[in-house]
Amino acid sequence: MDKKNVIICRCEDITLQDIHEAMDQGFTSFEELKRILRVGMGPCQANTCGQLVQREISKYLKVKLDEVKTQKIRPLITGVKLQSIVDGEDHEG
Amino acid sequence: MKANVVIIGAGISGASIAYNLAKKGMKDIVVVDKSYLTSGATGRCGAGVRQQWGTKLNCILAKKSIEFFKHAKEILEYSGDIEFKQEGYLILATTEEEDKQFEKNVKLQNSFGIPSRKVTKEEAKKIVPHLNIDRIISATYCPTDGHLNPFTMTDAYYQAAKRLGVTFYFYDEVLSIVVEHNEVQKVITKHHEIETNIVINAAGGYSKEIGDLAGISIPVYAENHEILVTEPIEKIQGPMVMSFSRNIYCQQVPHGSFIMGRSDPNVEHNHSTDSTWKFLDEMAKTAVDLLPPLGKLRVVRQWGGSYNMSPDRQPIISGCKELKGFFMACGFSGHGFMFGPMTGILMSELVLGEPSSIEEMEELSLERFKNQKTTDYEKSVV
Repeated sequence: MDKKNVIICRCEDITLQDIHEAMDQGFTSFEELKRILRVGMGPCQANTCGQLVQREISKYLKVKLDEVKTQKIRPLITGVKLQSIVDGEDHEG
Repeated sequence: MKANVVIIGAGISGASIAYNLAKKGMKDIVVVDKSYLTSGATGRCGAGVRQQWGTKLNCILAKKSIEFFKHAKEILEYSGDIEFKQEGYLILATTEEEDKQFEKNVKLQNSFGIPSRKVTKEEAKKIVPHLNIDRIISATYCPTDGHLNPFTMTDAYYQAAKRLGVTFYFYDEVLSIVVEHNEVQKVITKHHEIETNIVINAAGGYSKEIGDLAGISIPVYAENHEILVTEPIEKIQGPMVMSFSRNIYCQQVPHGSFIMGRSDPNVEHNHSTDSTWKFLDEMAKTAVDLLPPLGKLRVVRQWGGSYNMSPDRQPIISGCKELKGFFMACGFSGHGFMFGPMTGILMSELVLGEPSSIEEMEELSLERFKNQKTTDYEKSVV
């Protein structure tokens, strides 16, 4: 399958081709790829692409999957409206 | 191994210094960073570039840097997008004191050719229609301030420096700086021993510690400044909206998301880059009060980064009287990214012993703090 048609990060529309090109430039950790491509910066916060990118790095560097660092997890766990924070609303329900 | 110069730190400052030295023909330049490109303050900053300052030095550095950003993509022959957008900064005066101070600031800025102007509440509303003008007295606006992508801008310098032969070592922490006869001799890192007579400290939040390794006391410290980003939406806001008294900066970046930050006056001086609930709470309240429609936006992520604070909140771009071969570009107090081009140019001139592009180099020196001379203090900082 054409690497241009394989979407790795749905939030930011990043393809497998983008990931491979950036790795060819030397960006071979999730944190570097994130900064150069925006992969994992969207609303799902790498919940989908995190493991896919980890697998691609593992293949590219020919190292075991568990040796590839996963992305830094930052708050918030889910998107919360600024107004909800102002009002102190309960986000659930 | 041997190098003509070792630059510590691969943020905008280190990358720009490396590029400028290499462009002038210097060979065997090594940049070392304990992590990856832009892993420190550069990659954590608010992506704003402005010229509206309260001190002469900051005005000069900012204006000349903006002139470079306009042509950076072509000069550095960068294939990516640095996302430079000049849609201004709108700085809000919410107190009588600010209203008066901004009058003076605009005069100072104009004297250096910075096209800022004082605007009324009503004019401010035209520039940012969703601004709550009940909260302000007046504002200042500079249309040539704007946005720039910190990652791709640094990458542009990095790629250009690499093409000119600069070597970068990432994930390689500096462990010691060997000094003999008051001259730098060697830099020892986790993975390398590099003989060199010139070291440039561009270590951002860790500049003080790098100074200490060389036995040079630099009066700077790191403090955490927090920031958040929202989901992207269609474009509704051109300029960065900023207020010192309300403690906020907030812009919509070309990607569509809003980036906003504020500082905590009681923050401890350390290397924390943690995110706090307190920041999120105060940020939400301030942003929604001044820019009400933003209440509908979801926060996607928050993070923190180190400001490297100097005593007068202006940079230190300097050699060192006590130690031959030791240079520093630090103390940017939150504004190292936007001054990056001038940092590289001025430091390359210092290192190569060339005449300086600006007359005020003495005022950027480490010595200025020893001379008991009153230095200009920059108040325009969030």
